[in-house]
Amino acid sequence: MAEVILSNLSKSFGDTHALVDVSLTIPDGAFVVLLGPTGAGKTTTLRLIAGLDRPDKGDVRIGGQSVLADTPAQRDVAMVFQQYSLYPHMTVRDNLAFPLRSPVLNVPEGEITKQINAVADVLRISHKLDNKATQLSGGEMQRVSIGRALVRNPRIYLMDEPLSSLDAKLRAELRVELKRIHAEMGATFLYVTHDQIEAMTMGSLVGVLDAGRLVQFGTPREIYDNPVNLYVATRLGQPRINVLPADAFGHGPAGATQIGLRPEHIAIDGGQAAAILRVEHLGDQTRLHLEMGAHRLITLAAAHTAHQPGDTIHIRPENPLWFDASGIRVT
Amino acid sequence: MAEIVIRNLRKEFGAFTAVKGSSFTIADGEFFMLLGPSGCGKTTTLRMIAGLELPTSGEILIDGENVSQKPASQRDIAFVFQMFALYPHMNVRKNISYPLVSQGLPPAQVKAKVAEVARILGIEAILDKPVGGLSGGDRQRVALGRAIVRSPKAFMMDEPLGALDAEFREHMSEELRALHDRMKATTVYVTHDQLEAMQMGDKIVVMNHGVVEQFGRPQDIYDHPATMFVAEFIGSPAMNFLRFDGVAAAGDEAVRIGDAQISLPRLQEAASGRALALGVRPEHIQLKDAGHLRGRTLATEYLGTTQIITVETGYGPVKVRAPSSQVVKTGETVGLHLTAQALSLFDTASGRALRTAANAGVLHG
Repeated sequence: MAEVILSNLSKSFGDTHALVDVSLTIPDGAFVVLLGPTGAGKTTTLRLIAGLDRPDKGDVRIGGQSVLADTPAQRDVAMVFQQYSLYPHMTVRDNLAFPLRSPVLNVPEGEITKQINAVADVLRISHKLDNKATQLSGGEMQRVSIGRALVRNPRIYLMDEPLSSLDAKLRAELRVELKRIHAEMGATFLYVTHDQIEAMTMGSLVGVLDAGRLVQFGTPREIYDNPVNLYVATRLGQPRINVLPADAFGHGPAGATQIGLRPEHIAIDGGQAAAILRVEHLGDQTRLHLEMGAHRLITLAAAHTAHQPGDTIHIRPENPLWFDASGIRVT
Repeated sequence: MAEIVIRNLRKEFGAFTAVKGSSFTIADGEFFMLLGPSGCGKTTTLRMIAGLELPTSGEILIDGENVSQKPASQRDIAFVFQMFALYPHMNVRKNISYPLVSQGLPPAQVKAKVAEVARILGIEAILDKPVGGLSGGDRQRVALGRAIVRSPKAFMMDEPLGALDAEFREHMSEELRALHDRMKATTVYVTHDQLEAMQMGDKIVVMNHGVVEQFGRPQDIYDHPATMFVAEFIGSPAMNFLRFDGVAAAGDEAVRIGDAQISLPRLQEAASGRALALGVRPEHIQLKDAGHLRGRTLATEYLGTTQIITVETGYGPVKVRAPSSQVVKTGETVGLHLTAQALSLFDTASGRALRTAANAGVLHG
């Protein structure tokens, strides 16, 4: 395991700036998640670290040394892809053993068996070791392909949306499992996703990418509570943060042109009149869709709230975030 | 505008029974969700209501008229599919006016209707554009326009947002619901996404293996699931089950799980066997030293305002929803306090919830 440092990394494909001047330190043993929509530069970052692409500018250092001159094999990293790619004719055991049987590594069979058993135990697939890969469910196949990366004990694990092809229930299970695996192995993970729930629930540190630039890097709490700009504020939180002109509730601080209000940061105990357009009972919480003058916003209420569409309530901001005209956080 | 009544509806495809005797009523003007996993019979049910499939037995009444054996063309229903098919060689206006023109409506009326629909959908500016260059959202709006322009009695929608990415789906679902609130046309909507069903529906039918598991208002189904399937399918994370062997008799106001005596709503019936499961939603468990049960925290998942804490107990892992301000370390021993009035008790042999003072109104309403 090792610390990985990216410094001033840039990469273009033709006219497309996939990555622009990205600097980032992935501490040894951390679970770092890069969050961003399609085209933000997530996969490019992984490929530059793995050595599948070369950066135009900047450096990648693993364990204190630049790896730019190294081949992918020499870099000693393991990558897990979105689509599991197992050898269908092989058993789970042979699929897991495959990376270790590489002639370059020359691992003795006894050692291979030991490692496979350990990884199968962590992934809870020990009882499936002698099954053919095709006899597994989707979730089991993805666990085996994660397992194929884990048997190798590389310096860093690079994971490219490994859960996105799975159904919601399995995804929720594997989120918890991956975190547990990470904690048990003490490994360094760099995990990229477009799913904010994965970023918030799994990452010890989260980096938010916007069109190839790293706009914020911190703990999930820091990013949720203290976004540096409007883009970051809208990436985390469901329902999404409400954005209104700064004077919607009276005067904002100097320089602020927009007020950002997370749904839970609206107090329903006085202030501006707002009409309830719609009440959505989601079970554990209820969402109120409001109209306040020309503005629409969403706030949360208790699951069994008595509020009805057509009611008027009075709302005021509580711990709002302020942004300037370009979306930069003012206070 | 229409009320749709479904009675003992059944559909067999050879030896396979897709729908096994469904009964429910869709009130006039309701936004009605058919929810369930793939293969549960929800799309077959929708297709039978629309007349695209004829039922093997049972009745479909639209405004009191039995239409079960009538073809789709005689039912005055509009169908919106997941893949919205537009005529690529026509512009937006022609796509929307097509159903009216083919009905032989005079051009002046067609024009007025299209203008009205375009205003409702907010697509007046693109009426004369070719459909080829439209964004996904605009294509969806045009497809909707074509469905609503005929003013049919009811709309059938088969996962119309299924192909869209999460962010855009959220936006379109709000738009669809707002459109419904303006038009108030009876809408039957198929989805496998429980959140979409809770968010958009006035009523939900939950189906599994061709059987209606429960039918009712979203909050009632969430609070008082009729079966273990519904309890697990609705809500994220799902309802927790504490499985135990015990006795449950009518009149009981508590169950004994190990050494713990746990209060629950007064039972109105007895369990048939001893294999029971106590059902509790994650937000109805609090971490308290003096709790009913003890467990060890396995993981915490930060979600912004709340966090989900997974706790290993002697009765299986349990998920707890707590404020994110609460400090919880993994690996520590905690006490779990269960909110009495929010608990359900299931007979695991049948999978059904026992009737209690809390759920009787919902289960037999």
